[in-house]
Amino acid sequence: MQLPDAEQLAQQLALALKPRLRANTVLVGIHSGGAWVAQKVHQHLGGTLPLGSLDSSFYRDDFSRIGLHAPAGPSHIPFEVEGAHIILIDDVLYTGRTVRAAMNELYDYGRPAAIELAVLIDRGGRELPIAADVIGARLELAEHQNIQVTLTPDKQLTLNLHER
Amino acid sequence: MTPNPQLTDTGELRHLLTIEGLSAKLIHSILDTAESFVSVGEREVKKVPLLRGKSIFNLFFEASTRTRTTFEIAAKRLSADIVNLNVSASSQSKGETLLDTVDNLSAMGADMFVVRHAQSGAAHFIARHVAPHIHVVNAGDGRHAHPTQGLLDMFTIRRYKQDFTQLRVAVVGDVMHSRVARSEIHALTTLGVPEVRVIAPRTLLPKGVEALGVHVFHDMQAGLKDVDVVMMLRLQNERMSGPFLPSAQEYFKYYGLTADKLKLAKPDAIVMHPGPMNRGVEIDSSVADGKQAVILPQVTYGIAIRMAVMSMLAGA
Repeated sequence: MQLPDAEQLAQQLALALKPRLRANTVLVGIHSGGAWVAQKVHQHLGGTLPLGSLDSSFYRDDFSRIGLHAPAGPSHIPFEVEGAHIILIDDVLYTGRTVRAAMNELYDYGRPAAIELAVLIDRGGRELPIAADVIGARLELAEHQNIQVTLTPDKQLTLNLHER
Repeated sequence: MTPNPQLTDTGELRHLLTIEGLSAKLIHSILDTAESFVSVGEREVKKVPLLRGKSIFNLFFEASTRTRTTFEIAAKRLSADIVNLNVSASSQSKGETLLDTVDNLSAMGADMFVVRHAQSGAAHFIARHVAPHIHVVNAGDGRHAHPTQGLLDMFTIRRYKQDFTQLRVAVVGDVMHSRVARSEIHALTTLGVPEVRVIAPRTLLPKGVEALGVHVFHDMQAGLKDVDVVMMLRLQNERMSGPFLPSAQEYFKYYGLTADKLKLAKPDAIVMHPGPMNRGVEIDSSVADGKQAVILPQVTYGIAIRMAVMSMLAGA
């Protein structure tokens, strides 16, 4: 299967986000793939927007089934969430559960004015009423397939497909 | 070899009883998780929903303020329901056995026990007894271990000094009676600290302490030379008289940490103390309140470490 170029998708994402920017817009990437994508989008948008990252491990709904996911890193929100227009960025949108957890976490920092969701890949398969506002590419994947973004040693985004 | 009772078959932490036998990788993963909980503690809402609906019992058979309170705050920040039991004042004084107390609390739906006991091995004893879904954290047992204190000390060192493999660390004071010292020494050697020193009078060192991989000093001046970290221990009041020591004044003269003695350590050395401090006995106020002291950050990090441990256990 031919996978799209993740760097190109990140650039398209930034382009599509440009008209949505407001005076109070901040970017928040979800650890770890989404945080890398958010960094790229941030650069493409001129590098001036406030940028944060979230790890929603402590808000996941599968703790009682599989225990604690080791957090990929601490959440880092270096700005006021209260009243902010937040563009939440993730690498892959699938069931929607990660986004649900991330939104719950954001609310523990304050009440945002609005949250929009931008994802590099939408692979369908939603289990919650969650939709992305901006999408890099849509992919049809089988249930046993897993796709994620990684960062190469020279800091390039790449998409990886695994069979489970 | 008997399997480590603290770990599940897949190597996850089921109970936390002692640092002894934990791998460097597992210790680092606890410290990494705690790092994420530090950022939770800096937010407007310092609470996460992770342990909603879990019941945790603080089972303290021995007095404690800091440890009990930080476990309580940690559990509350994880959204668990925590009940504090000061057992010396309740059933045990009416003659109930330890295991009967534990069984009764289990019947009330306990998911986790945090145990402090004057008897070494008490937490192990409870861990062997409870049902498989119940987790036990040792919050200090006799002279044996105080693993969360050891872990929060490692967390503090990592925050200030980053790389354990370049450090010279001195543990100073009553090593013989200190469960904190034992947990610290196991953690430091496991994490690859190349030179761990203990500084104490002969009467306050256990026999064969060298076997733990430490260098022994009786002269504090020599022992502090060029260290990166000074970990002070509390001199327990009950040791200040009797056969161990001539007097508190005498002890301060030879083993109290003063600004002058601290100058022998590296200029950027940090000073730690597990509390409660005896000012003017093991540490001078000018050092305890000085800019090299990280004693209050230790307390703050203690909450994050206890959140990490409780959430990892509850999920195992």
